[in-house]
Amino acid sequence: MNRILALLVLLPAIALAHKPSDSYLHLERAAHGFNGRWDVALRDLDTVLGLDSNGDGALAWGEVRTRQEDIARHVLSRLSLGTAGMPCPTTAEGDLRVARHSDGAYAVLDFRAACPVEPSMLTLDYTLLFDRDPQHRGVVQVTGEQGQGTLILSASRHAVEIPLARLSAWSHFGGMVHSGVEHIWAGLDHLLFLLALLLPSVLRRSPTGGWEPVDRFGPALRDVVKVVSAFTVAHSLTLSVAALGLVSLPSRLVESAIAVSVILAAANNVFPRVRGTRWAVAFALGLLHGFGFASVLADLGLPAGGLATTLLGFNVGVELGQLACVAVFLPVAFLLRGASMYRRAILVGGSAAIGLIACVWLAERALDLSVLPL
Amino acid sequence: MPPVTRSPRGVFGVVLALACGCSRGTGAASAPFTPDNDTEVLEQVPARATDARARERAALRQELDRQPRQLELAVRLARLELKEGRARGDPRHLGWAQAALAPWWDEAEPPHEVRLLRATLRQSRHEFDAALRDLEAAVREDPRDAQAWLTRAVVLGVRGHHAEAEKSCAPLDTLAGALTAAVCRAQVDSVAGHSRRAYARLSEAMSRRGGMGSPEEQAWALSTLGEAAARAGDSARAELLYTQALAADPDDAYTRAALADLLLDLNRPGDASRLMKDHATDDGHLLRRVLAETALGSAEAPALAQELAERYAASRLRGDTLHAREEARFALHVEKDARKALSLAQANWEAQREPWDVRVLLESALAAGAPEAARPALTFLDASSCEDPGLLALAERLKKAAP
Repeated sequence: MNRILALLVLLPAIALAHKPSDSYLHLERAAHGFNGRWDVALRDLDTVLGLDSNGDGALAWGEVRTRQEDIARHVLSRLSLGTAGMPCPTTAEGDLRVARHSDGAYAVLDFRAACPVEPSMLTLDYTLLFDRDPQHRGVVQVTGEQGQGTLILSASRHAVEIPLARLSAWSHFGGMVHSGVEHIWAGLDHLLFLLALLLPSVLRRSPTGGWEPVDRFGPALRDVVKVVSAFTVAHSLTLSVAALGLVSLPSRLVESAIAVSVILAAANNVFPRVRGTRWAVAFALGLLHGFGFASVLADLGLPAGGLATTLLGFNVGVELGQLACVAVFLPVAFLLRGASMYRRAILVGGSAAIGLIACVWLAERALDLSVLPL
Repeated sequence: MPPVTRSPRGVFGVVLALACGCSRGTGAASAPFTPDNDTEVLEQVPARATDARARERAALRQELDRQPRQLELAVRLARLELKEGRARGDPRHLGWAQAALAPWWDEAEPPHEVRLLRATLRQSRHEFDAALRDLEAAVREDPRDAQAWLTRAVVLGVRGHHAEAEKSCAPLDTLAGALTAAVCRAQVDSVAGHSRRAYARLSEAMSRRGGMGSPEEQAWALSTLGEAAARAGDSARAELLYTQALAADPDDAYTRAALADLLLDLNRPGDASRLMKDHATDDGHLLRRVLAETALGSAEAPALAQELAERYAASRLRGDTLHAREEARFALHVEKDARKALSLAQANWEAQREPWDVRVLLESALAAGAPEAARPALTFLDASSCEDPGLLALAERLKKAAP
């Protein structure tokens, strides 16, 4: 019977249930050398360091937190960075945090690596966990001035040289496109402003001063394209100007002005004043929205080399994100345009709601201004 | 009204995006956070205080750290890790088993026990050719090693070399007993498409043997029998046998997944979902749960599907293609992307030739409107004179679809 039991243990049909062990190391070029973030699975740290101090199998935050210095010491001792034959010593920064990956909780360690000279070639030797688990992989992402690259390190390939100048600008470009899409979805006031401008696009002004539905899809589409393009061009312009450090405006002022712009766009739907040339309004206010990021981009101090790809990628992403909204919005709005419900509930009601939200923004942002006078 | 605080959120999003070039490539992580209090449980780990097996492994590992070339200790630890990996479905245990064998791992002629363990670990990573080389050497160097013959039979079966696999079962009659040999032959027969014959022979051997041995042994025989019944189209009997196998060994993840597949085929997604509910850490089980919830159209389906897609993406990022069969099913039934399913099924076909691999390739070729792509699987079915009704019906539909 024992013989059979032993036989079964070595039967091949092991269902590969989880992902094997990986860690995620991200290095980003900075003035002093590199800033790093390293995500290591708590399950792995537990096997190496025995974090589960009471041995109950449930690893609690307290058990991790009290060992954070051990964790930082162990993890950082398993990475050596250098350039031009000289080491770039690493030091942990700030407190340990936690992140949830698809296969469980990871410890997040922030650190910095100080290089004695400006690095052009990064030498990296990664030895985390390989002695405990030869199937462990290090997923290393390096972001340099020109772009970024991802490497998969293993027990048999753990020391690498990374030419920082040759990181793929295109993969960086892809990343920025993605960021742009994320940004348009994350920035709610951006979307609401766009929506306020688009709501009337399936309508036209009637001789009596109210709204009436347009007859055909073509003019509505042309209208939308004009509005969205004008908004994007303007937004990109000021974003670029800001990124180059040519112009910088106080961010609170800009944020408040953006709130006002949303209120104006919404109010114009309810009490139409500006006629015909909504694309011009979109352009003017788009300039303002681009400035919304002036201080942020200036602070980042992006180098001139990578800036073009960064900005282009980001703007392409924003445009794609907007187009996705439009692609959903326009057909629906066109179908509903004839219903009085569209004019009353959606155009007027929706615009009023958008205006109201923007009023709260304005109050908040203006209040900030009065509480903390510059 | 949470969205009104756009300024910090939106701007922070841009900072984050520009700073790390977005989260692409960092393994689908959520944003880092600091837990609110010390008692918050973050992760389940082996319980060294209450779990005797975990304690034993930890003690062995410590001892091995002191004297790493102790063959006997290393082999014991590796076997324990493999056993744990089988029960929990966590491949980390496979890596830990390999670490125990590190002093001998790269040797061309390692000790016999290491060679056998190395073959098992290599096949679990789908390095079938390397695994078979080790197994060939193992049966040559010790023709009385039942384990080597059995593992060799199963790996050959997975690769579709049915005649060779059947021959590898023969020595088990004298080395490990008639029942073990019968289960071995039934597994080969069953993957070769002769599930009725597999069922008849194995049930006869089991009735001759009378009472069965350990729970694991019972579960193994019952599960093999159940799988043969399922492939032969006898769903009611298959369900009963799988349930009995699970009652004998509740740790048997393979059988649980097989039962879920059967329930999904019987259009009982509710039952399948209930069976998988408490096993979501296991990718294979999560797939069945996602398939079930998707079939039910439940509110949980999208979030679960997203989680599984992230796990697949993380696997691909580390360079693994071990999930191709499961991912093809996910692409076909959840993402409804027949083209993607087909290319995954084709990649999987290069590595594995079990009935599920045939089925996934046939189904995705059919869904993608590319019956020609299924030709290798159809040729394979003809060559092995497959008799499984399910696969034959599918093959018939494909032949009709092709001009």
